[in-house]
Order: sequence, then structure tokens, then C-alpha cells
Amino acid sequence: MLGALPPPGEAHTGVGGARRAVGPSLVVGAALVALVVAAALVSFVWVPHDPTFVDATHRLEKPNGTYWFGTDKFGRDVFSQILVGARTTLFVGFVSVGVAAVVGVPLGLLGAVTPRWLGDTLMRVNDIVLAFPALLLAIMLTAAFGQSTLVAMIAIGVATIPSFGRLIRSGGLQVMGTEYVLAARVAGRRTAGISVRHVLPNVANLVIVQSSVSFAIAVLAEAALSFLGFGTPPPTPSWGRMLQESQELLFLAPRLAVFPGVAIAVAVLGFNLLGDGLRDYLDPKLEDRR
Amino acid sequence: MSDPVLRIRDLVKEYRRPRTSLARPGPVVHALRGVSLEVTRGERFGLVGESGCGKSTLLRILAGVERPTSGTVEVDGLQVAGRSERRLRPLRERLQLVLQDPMSSLDPRMRVKGIVAEPLVAQGLAADVGRVADLLREVGLSAEAAERYPHQFSGGQRQRISIARALAPRPEILLADEPVSALDVSVRAQVLNLLTDLVEQRGLTLVFVSHDLSVVRHLCERVAVMSDGRVVETGPTADVYDNPQHPYTQRLVAAVPSLEKALAGATTADLAAAELRETERTTAQ
Amino acid sequence: MTFDAVRPEPTDEPVLEVSDLGVRVGDRELVREVSFSIARGERVGLIGESGSGKSLTALGIMGLLPEGLTATGSARVARVGHDLVGASERRLAKVRGRDLAMVFQEPMTALNPTMRVGEQVAEAMLIHHTRPDRASARRAAVALLDQVRMPEPAQVARAYPHQLSGGQRQRVVLAVALANDPAVLVCDEPTTALDVTVQALVLDLIVRGVQARDAALLLITHDLAVVATACERVLVMYGGRLVEAGPVRRVFTRPRHRYTQGLLAASDLLAVDDRGRLATIPGSVPPSGDFPTGCVFRNRCAHATLECETVPEWTGDSVADGFACHHPAAPDEGWREGGQK
Repeated sequence: MLGALPPPGEAHTGVGGARRAVGPSLVVGAALVALVVAAALVSFVWVPHDPTFVDATHRLEKPNGTYWFGTDKFGRDVFSQILVGARTTLFVGFVSVGVAAVVGVPLGLLGAVTPRWLGDTLMRVNDIVLAFPALLLAIMLTAAFGQSTLVAMIAIGVATIPSFGRLIRSGGLQVMGTEYVLAARVAGRRTAGISVRHVLPNVANLVIVQSSVSFAIAVLAEAALSFLGFGTPPPTPSWGRMLQESQELLFLAPRLAVFPGVAIAVAVLGFNLLGDGLRDYLDPKLEDRR
Repeated sequence: MSDPVLRIRDLVKEYRRPRTSLARPGPVVHALRGVSLEVTRGERFGLVGESGCGKSTLLRILAGVERPTSGTVEVDGLQVAGRSERRLRPLRERLQLVLQDPMSSLDPRMRVKGIVAEPLVAQGLAADVGRVADLLREVGLSAEAAERYPHQFSGGQRQRISIARALAPRPEILLADEPVSALDVSVRAQVLNLLTDLVEQRGLTLVFVSHDLSVVRHLCERVAVMSDGRVVETGPTADVYDNPQHPYTQRLVAAVPSLEKALAGATTADLAAAELRETERTTAQ
Repeated sequence: MTFDAVRPEPTDEPVLEVSDLGVRVGDRELVREVSFSIARGERVGLIGESGSGKSLTALGIMGLLPEGLTATGSARVARVGHDLVGASERRLAKVRGRDLAMVFQEPMTALNPTMRVGEQVAEAMLIHHTRPDRASARRAAVALLDQVRMPEPAQVARAYPHQLSGGQRQRVVLAVALANDPAVLVCDEPTTALDVTVQALVLDLIVRGVQARDAALLLITHDLAVVATACERVLVMYGGRLVEAGPVRRVFTRPRHRYTQGLLAASDLLAVDDRGRLATIPGSVPPSGDFPTGCVFRNRCAHATLECETVPEWTGDSVADGFACHHPAAPDEGWREGGQK
């Protein structure tokens, strides 16, 4: 008598599906990142020319059949430098974000789940590190250990720890104040269990977004350090150093700034979009809308 | 006479608000000013009061997630006030909590099966699929609900999930903090019926906290009225409502709107009359 | 036994006239064919549960719908020359706060935390130029705070919102709403977030406030008792449609629509069967926009038949008194016996 309608019942399964939202950010971000990763991977098996080979007879050539992006003031192939430089960029990004996250996230978590006074103290320590300029750290480490990409990355990584720490502590505190954490405590969960089962998943999206932002900052920081002579030492190709070297010839051959500049922009944009897309993808609240 | 399963004596809770000046420490808040109550086994006990009366603080101390400044709380013969988490295990096995806000009382990133099984996992009890399915069915949800996330359910359904979670470790005592206040009228009736059934079937002791007198009247046999950190009146619900003794209870009962009062001609002025007299009395002081 | 306050004469000009109001998002209709009118000095309640569309109706009238939702139909307010639905933001801004004012549920977010409350009341008057200058607006603000029974109104005017309690904040919001003597005051769950005793005070202030100005009141809430106490007429919404309307006394004692019947039965906490259980409406409210075709209530109604696959016509003398149901309760059935268990 009710027509083709589901009968009203007390039993329910809930509405909608849990299909994840694959948005344009995720796709475009993944594509751009894939491009950079591909460049780095390809560079291990093949490059058109040795990027470190100095050839005085082919200096500052415009892009042509042999040198697809042209050559720089030392006669080195720009395209090959871009390919190999991708490795440096990825290395820099992952290691510095890795260092920052591996130290910063547990620090922030501790700050959120421990008693207030302990958390506050940890945050003051965090602030001290935050106040210390990354550049100064890079200079100190370079003076002690010599110039290298690794040194630069550790400096950048350490300087990024406080942003993770602060963010995760703040997000963690919010989660600790929710009713579901209260219910978990009443259920008998201890602090460790609550941190892992409730706090971590609910701050994960913060970590992802902060990682992608920090990645971008790390890449630019390495470029700046290279500019000042503290980053990747020559002759290892580095997009940052390519930018630095292009500076003096900016009006003569602006393409020497454009190629590494665009490469950096692609990497930065790609990781930012990927971060946003991943965050949305992992959020169970965002399903496919009909 | 049934033995008291819950015995609260002279419970006091004070805390300082954060400083707003360098010279003086923050003001002291007297959340509880010496509360004593007894709840017998299997009883349905209501706790009524408005915001700031201390009922939520009392509930948190009972649930073992907050320590009192002084006083004792005995649950089934066990002293629980001020105990460390490690020694509160026996409490967690006996007493569970259903909270008010269906939106925030369930972890949005956890599937329903994880949420409902949590007390079992936390206490090292068997947490298999069958047990979760049984619990979901008992609260009127289907077993398929286990795979879904909280946001896919309505407010009433989420409260059912909360109830299923609370019942998982087979507690003897159920504390409920305004569990139906955030629900629509028709959903409220369904969830109240569910609570009535479950409490009856399992012989639970229920402590039901609410600002809504009518709901407490429906569900509870005895009620305690709280105001400003103190219990001002206790007694069988019908007596307290029909014949309130304490001035605060009288004001409270007078201010509640109801269909019967309205159809008998009560206006908003009538409801507000007792409150207005009180405001005039306090400003005159 | 007392009867309703004076019923508005049929010749009274309505100050708010809503015709065939609809709200849609994309191709889903959330509110459909809502028509009602309120006369000067009348107090009308709009009852509904979640998903009924009651808040969207109010937002649609005022042009405050969230992004992506559009309103259709018409809403006219006395003294305003144009239709509110579809009007430009510029025109609506002149109407809101002056001819049509609104009080929302959450007093915390309705006030600017960085502005003294007296200034906020004065601001409402200055925006619409109902006072010649800031000084007179401030004096009027203090007078308004006194009207809403704030103790020491001159001092309170200098306070910031966080220094006031929830009930006091809501009173300030009310003062802002009444500052320009609106023709219509719309309140959406104004007391739901307040304690019972504070609720009684604020409701009384709302009623006194509109009575003093002979303004029309549209009180939106899920609380039947509040509507019964504060209002003369009531509109019942379910599934985005108006299912019943009429004098409070009639609808709450002799409802005709099966949903109204079920709602009243479920809300009666004193009526229990021999097992101590309350009456309930079977099933639950479908998600917004997912209501059945035809009669929106039919998948939960014990009296539904195939006929209910068509939208029921409105039965009644006017949009102010009637219902839309194919199998209504008998005129004298009441809801205590006829409720669905």
C-alpha cells in the first residue's frame, strides 16, 4: 500500500557511501609531482649530456637540436642540469620535511597529551628553536662540516621543526578537548592509546598540509642558501644554484633564470596541490556528491 | 532496602581561573560546594540543574576523569575519587557514559565498529565482529552500520551508537549527560524508549543529567535539583515537581513552558513572573 | 477557559505575505510551496524538526541563504515596495534591520566581540538613519537596553559581549533587532541555547517587545510548548512543506494532519503505555531533499494509501487555517487516542 518506498524501520545502515573524493587538486598535484620524480629517475639512467662537462666552445647557446634548453656560461647543458637537479630538489624537500616531521610531530603530540605545565615548557623550547635563524644554523653547520646538500637540509629541517611542533600541539589540544576523547577515557583508554588512536588520525590532515607547505619552503630555502654559497656545492647541479648563477647574466640570457625558476615553481605547486588533494582524499566526511 | 551502588559524600571541587592580572591570582570557581548523594542499585536517578550548577563536574568526577578537591565517591564499594588511572580499571568496567552532543561524541575518523568496540579493546575484552553486530542490533541499528563513519548517520542514530559503545563492556551503571537534549522531539521519544528498554532488560542503574525537567520526570524515579554547586532538593520526581519545596526548584518548575499550561491560558508573562521577582529581589540587595 | 487573543480581522493588511516560497539547491527542492501571511501585532509560530525547512524558509525570506541555494516565489513586507525574493543585496540591506529584523539562536556569534554592546545597538540605528546622530543613537541604545530589562543599562552599554551571560547577550541581540521598530520580527530558535529560567525571561521580552510596537512575530522553533505559550497561530512544516496551520488552541488539541498528531503524541512525556514507553513516529526523517514524492510524510504514516502518492491539496478556509492530508484525523479526534504507537 505504500508504493515502492522502503518501509520505515528502526534498523538503519546510514546514508551514502564512503567513496573518497578524488578532486582536481589531487590529480594535478600528483601529475606535477610525478613529472619532477620522473625527471629525477630518468636522470639516473640517461642524460643527453654530462651536466658537469665544461665546454668553452658552446657557451651561452640558445636552445637548439643538441642542447634542448641551451647552455649556461660554462657551456654546460641546461636540460641535463634540470634533470639531475630534480634529484637535489626532491632530496632537499624530503629530507628536511622528514627531519622536521619526525621530530616535530612527536614533540607536538607530547605537548598536547601531557599535563599542561609540561606541554607549555616543551613549547617554550620549541619557540627557542623557532627564534634561531635557519641561515645562521646553516652557516654554523657549513663551517663545521663543510658545504654540502646534506648540511643544508639538516639546517632547514631543524629550522622547520618548530612549525610542526606548534601546529600539532595546537591541533592535538583541540582533539584532547573533544567529547569522543572523554568517552575514550571513560572506556578505559590510556594516554598512549588515545594519542595513537584518536589524536594522530585527527591531526594527520594538518601534518599533510604542513608537509607540503614546508616542502615548498625547503626547496626555496635551498635555492636561497645556494645563492649565498651555503647550499649544494658545485659542480653538482641544483636548481637553486642555477638561479643564483643566472643572476649576473639576467639581461643577456634570461632563459637561464626561467628554466630553473619554472622547474622550482612546478615542484612547489605540485606538492602544495598534492597536499591539499591528499588531505581532502583522506577526510571521510567528503564523499562524492551525487 | 536496596544497597547504594553510588555513594557521594561532601564532594567539593574548586579550581582557579587563569590570571588576568600580574598582581592577583585568578578567581576561584566553586564548581561543587559539598555535594552528598546516594543512588540505589537499579534506580533511575535524575540530576537537574541549569548551566553552572555543577552537574557536569559531578558527572566527570563520577566517571573518573576529574579529581575532586575533597570528598569521597564510592562506586559499588570502591573508592574512586582522586584515584590514578591505573587503579580506576574496576570503575571503567562498571560505569560508562553517554554524552550530549551526537556530533562531537564520536571520533569522526573512526568507523562505527571501532567506536563501539573501543571500551572492549581498552579493557582487553573480546572485541569480535559478532559482539559489535549484537550491540548495534540492540540499539536498533543494522549490522552494516559497523562499516560506516559517524557523519553518515543522523543525530538520533549517532546517539544510538553512543549508547551501544557505553553498553559494550556490560556496565552496571550508565551515566547519561543530556543525551536527548540535542535531538528532535520525535527522535527524542525513540531514544528515550530505547534507554527505558535497555535499563530494564539489563537491570542498569541510570544517572540521568539534564536541564529538561519534563524528560527527567518521564524517565527517573528520584531526582536531585542542583544550583550553584549544591544539591537544593531531592525526592521522588513526582513529588518534587508537583510540590517543590525549595525556592529555586519552585522557580524552575514555574519557568518551564508546557502545552498544558499554555492551553490553560498561561502566557509568557506568567512563565517569567517567578524569574522577574527573583531578579528584582537580587538587584534590590 | 480562556480563548486565543483577539484574532486578526480578515480585513487587516498582512505585514508579511509569503506566497509559494521555495528553496532549492541545484535540482533538489528543500522547501516547496510555502504560503502564509502575518498581520500586524500577530504572533505566529513555525514548528518543525530537523530537515523540515523551517530555518531555510526564514533565510529565504530575508535573502540570507547560503551559497548555492536559491529562493523562488514571493515574500512581501509592508512599507517595502518590492518583493524580497530575488531582490538585490543592496535593496535587501535597506530592509533588514529596519522593516524586517531577525534574532538567531546563538548569542555568542551574533555579536561583535570587539565592540561594546551599546555601540552595537546604536550602530543598528545609525545604519538605517533612524536617529540623527551618534549621541542620540547612544541614548536610545541605553533606553532599549532598559526595555529588555538589563540591570544598570548605562553601565551594560559600555560592556563587551564576553562580559555578559548568554541570556544577557540574547537580550542585547533583541535590542538590536527592535531598535528600528521593525514591522516584522523573525526569531529562529531564540531561546534553545538558554537555560529554562532565562528562556522564560527572554521569551517574555520578545512578546512584550513586539506588542509594544504592534509588530508581527514569526517564532521558529522545534519546541511545541514555547509556541503554545508565546504565539496565537501556528504553522507546521515537514519535509519542506507546510502541512498544517491554524490557531494554536485548535492545532494543539485537535490536529488534523497525521504528522502533527504524531508529533504531539511523541512530545507528550507524561503519556506512556503500560511498559512505560512514549508514543513515537515510526522511522526517521529522511535527509533533506530526499523526501517521498506526493505526500512528504507517507513513508512514515500508518494511514497512507496509494492516493498519497499525489501531493495532497490544502483543505481549509485559508492558508491560515487548514491542512494538507489525504487521510486526516477527524475534526474532534484529538491526538491522545489517535497518536501512532
